[in-house]
Amino acid sequence: MALLETTRVRKWFGDTHAVDDVDFVVNQGELLGLIGSNGAGKTTLVNLISGLLRPDAGRIVFDGADVTRQSVHERIREGIARSFQLVNLFDQMTVQDNVALTIFAREGKTRRMTALAERDRAVLDEAGEVLQRFGLESKARMLAGGLAQGERKLLDVAVAYALRPKLLFLDEPTSGVSTREKAPIMDIVTSIVRTGGITAVVIEHDMDVVFTYSDRIVAMHEGTILADGTPEEIRRNERVTTTLIGTTEAG
Amino acid sequence: MSQALLASGRLLAGWRLAVGIAIALFLVLVPRLLPPFQTLQLSYGLIFAIAALGFNLLLGYTGLLSFGHSAFFGVGAYTAALLVKYMGLSSMEAFVLAGALASAVTAALFGAVCVRYTRIFFSILMLALSQVIWSLAFKLFWVTGGTDGLRVPTPTLLGGSVALGAGEDKLVFLTHRYYYYVLALFLVCVGAMWVIVNSPFGKALQAIRDNETRAEFVGVQVRKYRWIALVVSGTFTGLAGTLWVPLNGLTTPDILYWPFSGKIVFFVVLGGFRTFLGPVLGAVVFNYLETYAIGFTVYWQMVLGVVLVLLVLTMPAGLVGTLAPLFARRRRIA
Repeated sequence: MALLETTRVRKWFGDTHAVDDVDFVVNQGELLGLIGSNGAGKTTLVNLISGLLRPDAGRIVFDGADVTRQSVHERIREGIARSFQLVNLFDQMTVQDNVALTIFAREGKTRRMTALAERDRAVLDEAGEVLQRFGLESKARMLAGGLAQGERKLLDVAVAYALRPKLLFLDEPTSGVSTREKAPIMDIVTSIVRTGGITAVVIEHDMDVVFTYSDRIVAMHEGTILADGTPEEIRRNERVTTTLIGTTEAG
Repeated sequence: MSQALLASGRLLAGWRLAVGIAIALFLVLVPRLLPPFQTLQLSYGLIFAIAALGFNLLLGYTGLLSFGHSAFFGVGAYTAALLVKYMGLSSMEAFVLAGALASAVTAALFGAVCVRYTRIFFSILMLALSQVIWSLAFKLFWVTGGTDGLRVPTPTLLGGSVALGAGEDKLVFLTHRYYYYVLALFLVCVGAMWVIVNSPFGKALQAIRDNETRAEFVGVQVRKYRWIALVVSGTFTGLAGTLWVPLNGLTTPDILYWPFSGKIVFFVVLGGFRTFLGPVLGAVVFNYLETYAIGFTVYWQMVLGVVLVLLVLTMPAGLVGTLAPLFARRRRIA
């Protein structure tokens, strides 16, 4: 069953057709890999779906509701969350506060200015559980700006996860981290998707990661969908292997 | 390890509490310990500290630099003056309520225009709007008294139960009863602002300051929260203006003019905008600095300018931002 469906979504920047009449479907409960070379339109597509950009044309339907004209705030309420290609955290706040703030926002508690945040045990306990899930509980009191790159990537995902989304977009969750750190990060991401009833779209350049962890893969090229299928189908797809992977025999 | 951390945390909290009590005790005893001139200066300092606290909610916690806070201070002061002129009121509580309300409304209107912008665009828009208020005070002389300003006689306090006695020296009233009135409101403002910056709302503001895009993507409505922050900030600064005017006895368009906004920025930079108490110390120190610089030389603006340059070059974190870590390190070594 489709959780998200875009119909002929378009975004042009002058002569550049970043996303060109794309029909894109994400099914409930799957972990979808979105691949493509730089400039293929992956991040623009995610920006359109998450509300950072407005489409020039087309329709975005999420969980049965048309969200095309909705604000970022409204889409978050509907259940769409995302992390960013370049880690986007609140660097001068503690790791715990990064997650706690997200929970406060989700619960509509950020309007409160007459109660101390540190007295809200329910929120702090939940923040602690989220950090534990991501293996960051020992760093709770550290400033987010002081974390190592791999930990920052994890916290970036944890912040999005704390929104309890139905659909989670992860924009290159393993970019900029060592090969050794990639598997643990993806193991955690896969674990929260599988056990948390979350649907996830992972944008990745690392083909090993994509082919290992995805249920389905969508390949983009020059603003359009090049191929859509299971990892095995994509591996055998000649257009994908010649265009994206650079060999006629994908590894 | 965690036991040691807990113990050191308790020690720190205890130390802070002890220092806080000592400072509060000193502030209560000031009229008995210091000559009236010094008490008067401290009253000015505490009032400016309220303005600085409000200003820093925007700069230190929301990441917005305003060059227009003179407008809120001035609106607070002129509201009291106009209540005297047109309604013959003398109740300080009426001044405080009306001044806070008027400055909140002004800030709300400014915010409707400014909060969609950030950085220099926000700063310049605030400056421009504040100068509109200044020009109104300057030109509408039949209402505002123009450059002559408006006089504000010594008000009554606590619903009229505390007033200047017949034949009583005004200076005695201002340096005792009015000083305690200012001190009480100052402590209330410090407490209120402490709660605000440590509330979920305050955390949301800090998130906006750190990373506006991410704040939006965790569900914080960035513009709305900036607007609320500006209203709260303007209200604090307006309240300071209302408290200032009986002390000064007169309000003129000078307090609405842009250099006064610069002065509020100076308070906060001097004390350190990354710390909660930095702006408070900065305002008190600046007031003494200005008073003594004026008494010392006719080139007092140059003295203040040199201080600002030296400060930015040598102590960019401000007095509290620089000195607090040094004290903390010494305590750890001890």
